[in-house]
Amino acid sequence: MKYIDEYRDPQSTRKYAEAIAQLVTRPWTIMEVCGGQTHSIVRFGIQDLLPDEIELVHGPGCPVCVTPVDMVDKAIEIASYSDVIFCSFGDMMRVPGSKSDLTRVRARGGDLRAVYTPLDAVKIAAANPQKQVVFFAVGFETTAPANAMAVYLAKKQGLKNFSVLVSHVLVPPAMKAILSSPDNTVQGFLAAGHVCTVMGTHAYTSLADTYHVPIVVTGFEPLDILQGIYMCVRQLEDGSATVENQYERAVQDDGNTQAQDLIEKVFRVIPRKWRGIGTIPESGWALSDEYSSFDAQQRFKLAEAATEEHTECLSGKVLQGLKKPADCPAFGVTCTPENPLGATMVSGEGACAAYYRYRKERVV
Amino acid sequence: MNRADSFGGSCPVPLGDQPCIKLAHGGGGRLMQQLIEEVFIAAFDNAVLRGGHDGAILDLQNGRTVVTTDSFVVRPLFFPGGDIGTLAINGTVNDLAMCGAKPLFLTSSFILEEGLEIETLWRVVQSMRKAADAAGVLIVTGDTKVVERGHGDGIYINTTGIGCVDHSLFVSPPRIATGDTILVSGDIGRHGMAVMGTREGLAFTTQIESDCAPLWSTVEALLEAGLEIHCLRDATRGGLCSVLNELAQDASLQFDVVENDVPVMPNVRGACEVLGLDVLQVACEGRFVAILPKNESVLALEILKAQNEFAAMIGHVSSAQAGLVTLQTPIGSQRILDMPAGELLPRIC
Repeated sequence: MKYIDEYRDPQSTRKYAEAIAQLVTRPWTIMEVCGGQTHSIVRFGIQDLLPDEIELVHGPGCPVCVTPVDMVDKAIEIASYSDVIFCSFGDMMRVPGSKSDLTRVRARGGDLRAVYTPLDAVKIAAANPQKQVVFFAVGFETTAPANAMAVYLAKKQGLKNFSVLVSHVLVPPAMKAILSSPDNTVQGFLAAGHVCTVMGTHAYTSLADTYHVPIVVTGFEPLDILQGIYMCVRQLEDGSATVENQYERAVQDDGNTQAQDLIEKVFRVIPRKWRGIGTIPESGWALSDEYSSFDAQQRFKLAEAATEEHTECLSGKVLQGLKKPADCPAFGVTCTPENPLGATMVSGEGACAAYYRYRKERVV
Repeated sequence: MNRADSFGGSCPVPLGDQPCIKLAHGGGGRLMQQLIEEVFIAAFDNAVLRGGHDGAILDLQNGRTVVTTDSFVVRPLFFPGGDIGTLAINGTVNDLAMCGAKPLFLTSSFILEEGLEIETLWRVVQSMRKAADAAGVLIVTGDTKVVERGHGDGIYINTTGIGCVDHSLFVSPPRIATGDTILVSGDIGRHGMAVMGTREGLAFTTQIESDCAPLWSTVEALLEAGLEIHCLRDATRGGLCSVLNELAQDASLQFDVVENDVPVMPNVRGACEVLGLDVLQVACEGRFVAILPKNESVLALEILKAQNEFAAMIGHVSSAQAGLVTLQTPIGSQRILDMPAGELLPRIC
């Protein structure tokens, strides 16, 4: 298949792996930010092709994983109302809240619909005026334009029965939080390609300068990732720390300015709580004042509730690159994709789920 | 010309001008009698069914008898390449074929939802008749129940199949042996993507059609060639991935599979890439895995290819670790191919 096979070519990937091995003189720890990259790395066994000196740690870029428990609980509460059609991206459905998950609400008779685009939720709202239609607007900068467009269209169409439960998060503040942590081990980043398709690369320049880390905007296929690692290692070995763009076929430095304009109109920046990590300043989006009437939290008058993570689960540390999935005593034992304790085991992009699904050895 | 043919492709709309199924159609009275006679017997007409007895009395041929049963629930009822009726016939005759048995007879039970249009039922029943004819089976007895509106998805069908084994092979997982070759009878993933595409209203640039088809003629060709087939299994729910894991576990052997050798059509692969689905986990309804000794694999592949040009050898059996399936990835590394978790959920981005 064009634009896929070229980037999975065994000879080319091997050549890049050899080039990395020739370049490297000492150990380096590199974090791939995006869950899609983690998925590829584990699915294709990319770590096996790398020299021992290169350690890949997995970042917080899985939107399903970092959506806080209390937000999942709010989704479950709204979805349980009899006059609500609750729409969500498919892989949010199995994310455990503090007591239940959305698939269980559906099993008890809730009207839950997995949609492929938030615009489908707007169509559902237009077709069901007697129902309240709520879309669970999660994700990073990548999903924000479509989510913003849904709210924009709903307002334009005068839909009174559509609202969104927003839990949007932003990548650069999370990278900043990781770099500022006294426990940080990350020396270079593969930045999330599709996030940069929307937002461009400028936001990363100050991070690279301030923390003196190389940041390579990287794609998702094996060859993209190996080339991204090569570029990152080349900078690390040279002692340089700049922003480079491996994913030129999809990312322009300015990003998608039309999408950015829409996002700016519909959303405003707020501090956001990240599952397993905690609250990070200026790390999320909520609806702007102009669109606040579409906020499901206000419409359903949901109270804030304290929620707790499972005590055994290390997903917070995994999301910050401080632990690997296999370091967790629950991994593969009490925590599996069928019965996830934490969100990193749920989504295909979550590091724990990817490790479990594509593991090389059986977990005893 | 039998009665069903005389109706052509459309519903006879007899049934006292009842356009929809009512609870009374399952109530044992005149309406039910009409439904049975004017829809089911009309379509499935044969001497055993016409006997109208509480059960079908069958003359089975010599040899071992195989019985299997399966229930069919699918939304939407109609999808590119088939419908719930073709699934209900092919699903069960294929389970017989996978046991090395020639399919002979089927039973067919319907659970209908109140309000179902009889025209819809008629279309499904016509599909069943065509599929049964193509598979060479007779539908010899059945049952109908009606549930209240909102308590079903239009039509649920259960079919039970009876087949006979007229050869000496025991086609079953314990026969799988170290060194065997693993073949797949055609390209995978079509059915699951066809259904998902229709259900979710996804507009793929090229329409993906279900691979729903009867498999007995292919199995029969393998048997007639005198091949020592060790095991056969059709890749339905959970796709190729589930079948390989089930068989590796049942046989207590290791399966080593090469991802690049697994045949997948570009449109199916493209749709899976876009939705973040693993095509190895996507359902087929007309494909099977055949496992047989390595020295017979070339002839077996030739026979499979005569039926489907995309049939391929995808791996082999070893004794390294009981119950394990490994996959060589496209870039040459190795990983475990795990049993799928269950419901296929597309990724966010």
